[in-house]
Amino acid sequence: MSLRRPAKDQPKSFEFNASSLEAAKDILAKYPEGKQQSAVMALLYIAQKQNNNWIPLAAMKYIAKFLNMPYIKVYEVATFYTMYNLAPVGKYFVQVCTTTPCMIRGANQLVEACKEKISENECELSNDKSCSWMEVECLGACVNAPMMQINDDYYEDLNKQKTLDILDKILKGETPKPGSYRGRVNNEPENNRKTLMDLKNA
Amino acid sequence: MLKDQDRIFQNLYNDKGSDVTSSQERGDWVNTKEITDKGREWIINEIKESQLRGRGGAGFPTGLKWSFAPKEVGSRPHYLVINGDESEPGTCKDRDILRFEPHKLIEGCLIASYAVQAHVCYIYIRGEYFVDGQKLQAAIDEAYEKKLLGKNAAGTGWDLDIYIHYGAGAYICGEETALLESIEGKKGQPRLKPPFPALIGLYGCPTIINNVETIAVVPTILRRGGKWFASLGREKNTGTKIFCISGNVNTPCNVEEEMNIPLKELIEVHAGGVIGGWDNLQAVIPGGSSMPLIPKEKCETLTMDFDSLMAEKSGLGTAGIVVINKDQDIIKCMARIARFYKHESCGQCTPCREGSGWMWRMLERMAKGDATKDEVDMLGDVTNQIAGHTICAFGEGSSWPVQGLLRHFKKEIEKRNNLDPIVQKKNNIPYLVDQHLLDKKNA
Repeated sequence: MSLRRPAKDQPKSFEFNASSLEAAKDILAKYPEGKQQSAVMALLYIAQKQNNNWIPLAAMKYIAKFLNMPYIKVYEVATFYTMYNLAPVGKYFVQVCTTTPCMIRGANQLVEACKEKISENECELSNDKSCSWMEVECLGACVNAPMMQINDDYYEDLNKQKTLDILDKILKGETPKPGSYRGRVNNEPENNRKTLMDLKNA
Repeated sequence: MLKDQDRIFQNLYNDKGSDVTSSQERGDWVNTKEITDKGREWIINEIKESQLRGRGGAGFPTGLKWSFAPKEVGSRPHYLVINGDESEPGTCKDRDILRFEPHKLIEGCLIASYAVQAHVCYIYIRGEYFVDGQKLQAAIDEAYEKKLLGKNAAGTGWDLDIYIHYGAGAYICGEETALLESIEGKKGQPRLKPPFPALIGLYGCPTIINNVETIAVVPTILRRGGKWFASLGREKNTGTKIFCISGNVNTPCNVEEEMNIPLKELIEVHAGGVIGGWDNLQAVIPGGSSMPLIPKEKCETLTMDFDSLMAEKSGLGTAGIVVINKDQDIIKCMARIARFYKHESCGQCTPCREGSGWMWRMLERMAKGDATKDEVDMLGDVTNQIAGHTICAFGEGSSWPVQGLLRHFKKEIEKRNNLDPIVQKKNNIPYLVDQHLLDKKNA
């Protein structure tokens, strides 16, 4: 299990804004009547999005009331799943995959790049407070290893220099193009494709 | 090599686009009504005849699973749940289906829902695949627009609604009952089985859970016939499979191939060979990180299907092949996998929660050479205490890779860790050790 603690400085109150409320209502419609507890995961995402990419305790209390369920059940969910940030993270949240398939293709170079550009330790904000990074477990893009995720986007087939370039861009406030950084198309074998040739050449 | 026309996922590399029109050109949604008109019995029998086995790792026969759903819908509705919580290290096949072949999946959902009499289908996608999930959502919206979903979906007379439920970074939610807990809005901790989800599943209702790839191949099987699918591969290991080849190969890739294909062919032909040549190969993890690794000697002749890998005391799992060459420290690789399992254990059962951490810490020390001789056997003992003593298969999944390491690389570990904790006679400290126990001559 992973160790997860809520941040020390917590805002006093939290409420959904109008667009979040609307999104929450759409989510509730997905589940059968009386099973509104199912929406808790999606609602936590909405709260996280509204609150600069992290979930304060006040938001958990608010969601508990919203869904008419005990606060502790929301707290349980928020602390169990690792994608809910319980403490502030950067506006650009960099997650570097370091599990074995990425590790053996040099994920440590990506970690080095993050240490150079963002902060010495993981889960620390960069000097301008815009960015933070952490090591995560397998992100499910193993044939594009090594790779990292920045907010929702995947950046694949990286090495140290390419990572430094990407991080430079996000520190300047730009959003680099997601996808492979070796120029290959999706998950096809680079310059070695032997299947579905008719489609490729059509 | 499999002929191109026998490949089910024609758009695996997104040559053509994933919208309804281009999917129809590839044969999706063409005669869905004709298929459902043949009836539930026919669909389930055809899937049984195709000998399709679940693509999510366990390899359970899909037709058999569907036949477990109650024949009549009682007071509780039936549900179909699609497992897209692909988190097994080494596996990235479902992602390509979600983003490039969404209509194969959606049509499969409709046919499967019809077969098991479900009107609601939930697709559970891991939270990290948010962008790919959005692409699937766009495809679902398009399907609603074209009346392929909703009331009287695709003219079949069956009503179906599909909803996406995002996970939030928990590997354990790929376990079917943990996934149900997660959809119900709880922590993803697996349930005891029985009762099996086919009778008591989501919200206590009969639920059929299938992997994304399993459902996505269903329409093609029904169109071309179970016999066609069964003619590929070999008995009980039929059809095609998307293999993900990652690690130390020249061109890592996803490729759809026939079951029972030689591992060497996959690596040499599709993945461009091992970095540093075939002789530089050290070991291969054949089916995602949970499956025990296989040393080079056996890789020469190994064929990739459920049963032949089982015979090698490993498994096909999700067919995520991780190639490890001799430049890597094999103990370190396994220690990293052990760290993954330590991180992902849900914490419900003590052997797994505590044991996964023990295995990780011991392996980390072994990688550095800080462990003692007898700890090697102790590590094996720990794995045996975990496997089979937990609610779900995570216990096996976390201990099998370590057992595989001990089975094939024990010498390597012992070479590096030859510390002996027992004080030997040569030290000659009479106050600390009963000398007569060490040396029988003096007894």
